[in-house]
Amino acid sequence: MRPQLPTLDLVPLYPLLVVTGWAVLVLLADLFVQHKRALGYLALTGVIVAAVVTVALWPGVPTSFQNMAISDGQALFFNLVFLVTGALGLLVAIEYLERKDLQRGEYYALLMFSLAGMIAMAAAEDLLIVFLGLEMMSVALYVLSGSNQRDMSSIEAAMKYFILGSFASAFFLYGIALTYAAAGSTNLAQIGSWLSGRGIPKDPVALTGLSLLLVGFGFKVALVPFHWWTPDVYQGAPTSVTAFMSVGAKAAGFATLTRVLYSAFSPTFTTDWVTVAAVLAAVTMTFGNLAALVQRDVKRLLGYSSIAHAGYVLVGIAAASPVGVRGMLFYILAYAFMTAGAFAVACAVERREQSTTTLADYAGLAQRSPLLAAAMLLFMLSLIGIPPLIGFWSKLFVFRAAVEANLAWLAVLGVLNSALSAYYYAGVVVQMYLREPGRSPAEEVAFRPWRSALAVAVFLAAAATVVLGLWPGAVVNLLMGV
Amino acid sequence: MQDVPTTWFLLLGAILFTIGAVGVLVRRNILVMLMCIELMMNAVNLTFVALGRELGSLTGQVVVFFTIVVAAVEVTVGLAILIELNRLYQTADVDEVAGLKG
Amino acid sequence: MLIEFIPVLVLFALATAIAVIALVLPAFLGPRRPSRAKIETYESGKLPYGDARYKVPIGYYKIALLFVIFDLEVIFFYPWAVVLRQLHVFGLIEMGIFTALLVVGYVYEWKKGGFEME
Repeated sequence: MRPQLPTLDLVPLYPLLVVTGWAVLVLLADLFVQHKRALGYLALTGVIVAAVVTVALWPGVPTSFQNMAISDGQALFFNLVFLVTGALGLLVAIEYLERKDLQRGEYYALLMFSLAGMIAMAAAEDLLIVFLGLEMMSVALYVLSGSNQRDMSSIEAAMKYFILGSFASAFFLYGIALTYAAAGSTNLAQIGSWLSGRGIPKDPVALTGLSLLLVGFGFKVALVPFHWWTPDVYQGAPTSVTAFMSVGAKAAGFATLTRVLYSAFSPTFTTDWVTVAAVLAAVTMTFGNLAALVQRDVKRLLGYSSIAHAGYVLVGIAAASPVGVRGMLFYILAYAFMTAGAFAVACAVERREQSTTTLADYAGLAQRSPLLAAAMLLFMLSLIGIPPLIGFWSKLFVFRAAVEANLAWLAVLGVLNSALSAYYYAGVVVQMYLREPGRSPAEEVAFRPWRSALAVAVFLAAAATVVLGLWPGAVVNLLMGV
Repeated sequence: MQDVPTTWFLLLGAILFTIGAVGVLVRRNILVMLMCIELMMNAVNLTFVALGRELGSLTGQVVVFFTIVVAAVEVTVGLAILIELNRLYQTADVDEVAGLKG
Repeated sequence: MLIEFIPVLVLFALATAIAVIALVLPAFLGPRRPSRAKIETYESGKLPYGDARYKVPIGYYKIALLFVIFDLEVIFFYPWAVVLRQLHVFGLIEMGIFTALLVVGYVYEWKKGGFEME
């Protein structure tokens, strides 16, 4: 007897295969290349190749790999976000690691593996693949956050991230088990059709499974009240790692969260998760902004700010409409440029012997390095949501979707929160432009575009913040096809 | 001889998972916390196998294969981080590892 | 039915009872004259030496961790082996890719000096 052999349909998985294969290549090259900086550029080449492949697949391939993976427009868009983040993360790391005397080959290989996990998450059409992608991403990130072995806070961050991350993974896994119990399948589309096809409107087992999955996601994307690890980890990890994971891990979490909610738990459970998402969004953005107000450490401040932004993104999901999804996608792209850019500046300002930067380190930055200060100013304004920068449009789209979905209170709360956030973002700007530099100013790298990799990263992020802010239509047109 | 009903396995899985979850929250030794996370993972494995048998589908067992490996990878990475932590702090108590605050 | 498990239960009870009797009875009946040789830890005939708790070199843990990883990857060979005949060449190629990836990890570990005890 010959069982039916799987039909190999690898086309939708090309981006994933390129990134994974390239990661292995970087790993092997590490054994023979003495000049570790070259490995960073090798990895960067891989990211660019994967981006080209992703664009070539646009607007999506309908077929999938045994119904386990899908490369529709949404997955490809997320791929681009991940690859952009990866490229920025690599550019930042190449220089940062050199300066910190941490230049090692496995850093680049691990970053690529983490990227592969994110891509797998965005393309997953089966909860098992979601779990595998999640673990591939997380485990690589645990190691990356502890990659500065001489620094206590780096190891501490790695340990905290690891304990809470795997704790969350266990919840996530139990959620998968209960969903499987309710629907008899781990395939998202099959779960969706089974749950909506059955007579019982609210299967308690499926509801429990959904809540456990939400707890798992809540940890991964740092929603209040599952956010406690975030500031510690973002502050303790090497800044180049923070720049990468603050965006990548969050985007990947939202990519899967959207898919799980919209395809598996819709429409039967829509009213349930809309309520939960709206409440979580409200709590998350309010708490994130309030906690950020009192921070003196810039990495920690940006950590709380990233919690607040997770809340804004969740507003788009709570809208439960195509408009909301598009708003969310736009928001994540904007968030990628703004946050990765801000952390890249933090990398540049950081002293050699420290692993973090206080607000005082930014005092007088405008005099010492005007271009760097200007870039940070752009990121801060964009994070507040000042027009015409990209952050304004992202908030506009998300809040408009909320209003259309009869969640006007959430939109109002979001706007109030943005006003609140202006206070601490402006604090950074005040330090840079109005304060005199301290007695021993931080030794930020001279900002020379096209001369240093870090400067290139800052420049690219700043350019995207402005250009996509002036012409948001380019992205919106792209998203209409999703 | 009659089979043990699936409910019992599910119940055992739920109990073990809860013990693990409470253990992570209550215990302060990182090694014990690691063991508790392992316990949670294995409780889910038990649930998956029991469900796979009940539903007559292979998915449950296939998932377990992957989970076992993922759990092992997690624990390996966790222990490696713990060794580093021990090298720097000479402790495995989470309360003594609290440099990052605010 | 549960009634079928009663013999097992009886066996459990018997085993426990015998163990308890064997431990409790001598305490009442036999004379007790402890000497150095008698109270020493029993090591199957070898003379005990040193403390049971001592620091193991860190290289030992490293190799143990690597062992866990490579040991567990073998788990994927089992389902593959069951359907090896049906999968024909396809299965062979798939396993070839899998093994190649494992070898990459092995070579990496080897070249990086992961197997050396320092």
